[in-house]
Amino acid sequence: MESEVKDHAELAAIFNKDENRVDWHDETLWWVRQKRDKMAHGLPGWEDLREAASQIKDNVLSNLSQYLQQFEANAQANGTIVHWAADAKEHNEIVLELLLKNGIRKMVKSKSMLTEECHLNEYLEQQGIDVIDSDLGERIVQLAKEPPSHIVLPCIHKKKEEIGDLFHIHLGTPAGNADPQLLTEAARQHLREVFLTRKAALTGVNFAVAETGEFVVCTNEGNADMGAHLADIHIASMGIEKIIPQRKHLGVFLRLLARSATGQPITTYSSHFVKPRDGQRLHIIIVDNGRSIQLGREDFRNSLKCIRCGACMNTCPVYRRSGGHSYHTAIAGPIGAILAPNLDMEKYADLPFASTLCGSCSNVCPVKIDIHQQLYKWRQVIVQKGYTTTAKKASMKLMAFTLSSPAAYRTGGKVGRWVLKHAPFAVNNKFNPWFKQRDMPETPEQSFGEWYNKNRKK
Amino acid sequence: MSSRDKILSAVAANQPRLSPLPDVDFLKGGEINAVEKFTEVLTAVGGKVINIAKLDEVTAYIEMNIAAGERVVNLLSEPLGMRAPQTDIKDLPHALANIELAILQAEMGIAENGAVWLNENRLGQRVTPFICQHLVVILDKSNVVPTMHHAYEKIGNEKYGFATFIAGPSKTADIEQSLVLGAHGSRSMTVFLRDI
Repeated sequence: MESEVKDHAELAAIFNKDENRVDWHDETLWWVRQKRDKMAHGLPGWEDLREAASQIKDNVLSNLSQYLQQFEANAQANGTIVHWAADAKEHNEIVLELLLKNGIRKMVKSKSMLTEECHLNEYLEQQGIDVIDSDLGERIVQLAKEPPSHIVLPCIHKKKEEIGDLFHIHLGTPAGNADPQLLTEAARQHLREVFLTRKAALTGVNFAVAETGEFVVCTNEGNADMGAHLADIHIASMGIEKIIPQRKHLGVFLRLLARSATGQPITTYSSHFVKPRDGQRLHIIIVDNGRSIQLGREDFRNSLKCIRCGACMNTCPVYRRSGGHSYHTAIAGPIGAILAPNLDMEKYADLPFASTLCGSCSNVCPVKIDIHQQLYKWRQVIVQKGYTTTAKKASMKLMAFTLSSPAAYRTGGKVGRWVLKHAPFAVNNKFNPWFKQRDMPETPEQSFGEWYNKNRKK
Repeated sequence: MSSRDKILSAVAANQPRLSPLPDVDFLKGGEINAVEKFTEVLTAVGGKVINIAKLDEVTAYIEMNIAAGERVVNLLSEPLGMRAPQTDIKDLPHALANIELAILQAEMGIAENGAVWLNENRLGQRVTPFICQHLVVILDKSNVVPTMHHAYEKIGNEKYGFATFIAGPSKTADIEQSLVLGAHGSRSMTVFLRDI
């Protein structure tokens, strides 16, 4: 880990250098948001469904310790081996031990944001284990040696030409060919070989049912199933908050998940794993890694209701124009910005500020998390704990003084307008962050207050 | 203290006051033409729907669409002509890598999303519907339900080792959001809707 971590604004500045790419990224994600809208508006009772999902998740959080034990007991009765990991390190060590105990040095993995959060791939690679990500987007960023930039669309920041170049180098596709059909076919052939030869497969978990001890994994590609049904060992990693009470509640969440994520009525595959298949071993690792602490934070516990659909990212004007990597955490976007400070408040102090607080994230959230309100609350906590930069502290103080003194406010406005008009070079320079990728506004002749005084009816 | 006990006690200490579970039965909505909706939605997600009166029509379809020498696996309870006798695939799942076409019976179809519900006990191997190049599913019209709520009501407390909803062919849009069919699972999915 580097000691000097760039913050969201600095990383966004790098992303923003290529204006055309930013526009393309922005439009692509907005298109996904529109697909979500079409689905949501076309389904009768959508708002009732969101409300039900939100209430089910409230119930889950309020009874989580019991549900976890119920899930464990039922899973064990089904023949599943249940492990518990207090943190990322313990999770990674459990995976390694399971592999080494069985003499396995190669593993195939389907999408799991939890393993991204735990940095499992890096850990296993350091131990000499070969891990191949099998979701197409994840495989692409893995070949590019980058983290995913979006929880549902891992390589949404990449142009097809860049993917064509990567596949040319690693999979031998023709140079200069960037046809998505051809590239996907090449990945299919390459990964089929991987699925057929790996003895261990790791998958994530979308929902784990306390009542039955089963868990559900959703994919469009079929990669989780191809891995799990061909391997001798299936390891499923889940955060403690993935629990839902009863099987019938899957109906609510499966109706919401894909519609919110990509505007599909359901993912192509929603697989229900109950028992290991004959001759196979099925392991579940239940991971805390800070979640129980977040559960105790009254203002922020609702973030644990998240079902990882990514709708808040697709709609966020800051995410769309700054890119997932500028959030420097496994889960980017608005939801990531309220999850990350729980793990490390100092390191992620910048993230709750990477928002306009417009509230669009909360409006699209299928489980009704009050995301923008939590962002606002995190800002207050972070400032109180002293994790903001000196410049931000100073400018906030100045702003507070100006806004609480009418005289200072009027003078400040006058000076500002004079400078914009007569000395634009004083603000149109790189020391003014508002000038980056923006033109300063045209100078009005007078303030609204002045205009009002002149024009109001006497 | 074990990690298990540490986690459970931290969760118990931090979880808020008990909040009640909502009723979800009212979400089922009103009456719809389930078969029509199923056909419309599955077609929209890249699947194909063919209405049939008798299984012979599936036999004819297979004979017309599958070349000699290509492996066909039929897991129905009856043979489908010379090309698709009933198949026993109890050996290693890896041995299924060369299946061109798999024919399966679905327990249920869901109108709102075009998914079919497949239970392990009719798959031969769990990997069958994923590893085959093309998938054919037989579904009785009387088993098409309107929503996922109806589906789970029907599933109830059924015991299965593995079961899955499949809605259309395997797909990805990971490269610049361009939709490509045939990611890792089957390249096509054809549902024969039977008049029962």
